[in-house]
Amino acid sequence: MSLWLAILGMTVATFGQRASFLLLPPHIQLPALLRRALRYVPAAVLTAIWAPELLLQKGVLSIALGNERLLAGIVAIAIAWRFRVTFGTIIAGLVALHFFDWMF
Amino acid sequence: MQLARTEFKAGLRASLPLFIAIGPFGLVTGVAMAAGGIPPLEAMAMSILVYADAAMLAATQMIAADSPALVVVAAAFIVNLRLFMYSASIRPYFAGESLWRRVLVSYALVDNPYALFIQRFGAHPEAPGKFEFFIGLAIPIWFCWQVTLGIGLLVGNQLPAAWKLDFAAPLAFIAMSIPLLRDKPMVAAAVSAGATAVLAHGLPLRSGMALAAVVGILVGLLSERIWSVKSA
Repeated sequence: MSLWLAILGMTVATFGQRASFLLLPPHIQLPALLRRALRYVPAAVLTAIWAPELLLQKGVLSIALGNERLLAGIVAIAIAWRFRVTFGTIIAGLVALHFFDWMF
Repeated sequence: MQLARTEFKAGLRASLPLFIAIGPFGLVTGVAMAAGGIPPLEAMAMSILVYADAAMLAATQMIAADSPALVVVAAAFIVNLRLFMYSASIRPYFAGESLWRRVLVSYALVDNPYALFIQRFGAHPEAPGKFEFFIGLAIPIWFCWQVTLGIGLLVGNQLPAAWKLDFAAPLAFIAMSIPLLRDKPMVAAAVSAGATAVLAHGLPLRSGMALAAVVGILVGLLSERIWSVKSA
């Protein structure tokens, strides 16, 4: 019962967040500063999602050869930077992960 | 009409490379939800109604720990703060669309379609066919997610962890975020947000990500003054 309550609450909260600005009447304009700020949202949020996955091992900062996810991530970043391809970046990252895991 | 079809197909095509990231992540999320003790019916209902991966994973952890419903909802809200920002960011592109179209876009607004959409239309908010492209992108991603999550729920924890397919998710975020770094303030925003997310990792209720977003935005805005880049 409480689980269904949680699902219902999550549904309302999540849809509300997504719909918030999209459903505002068109004549309501965003302030210029907010528009400028929003330019940085995608890069900031997406990076905030993957950075801990590379730099933390079991919740602890790890910058070492033993951290194969960091090494594989660096390979993926280089591929993404140079070629800007989604599929190639993911494949390269997975191959690199297995390679570094085998090597170290 | 012709353009609408072309853009819809372009969206479909753009979604395909993401299957390799979303598929494994859907599987892993399904497995995690099953392991967290959420029954298949409730898990599937949550996946279809809420349709937000990170929030569902966070909720699973909290439900497994017997948290009250209100705490679970609050955690999902915090994890999903970025959706609020996505909504604001994507709004100008759909301002002219009908209400039901904007409701549809709202429902389908998750990380991957958002990032790919911005990649394509970011510099061209006036370009036609945006809704068709977005829906073409969103439909295959929705099905891929629901089907793989369902399979994950069924196979439980029998997936070979040796495949390391869970790493495909962060790799997808790398693939989507790196091409956005077109000027110095953008790089500064991303680096500072990433560093904040790492340092604030231990904060309760996954609030580290929201904090990282705020820091990234502020650093980006301040860097504009230093490098005097014109904003788009």
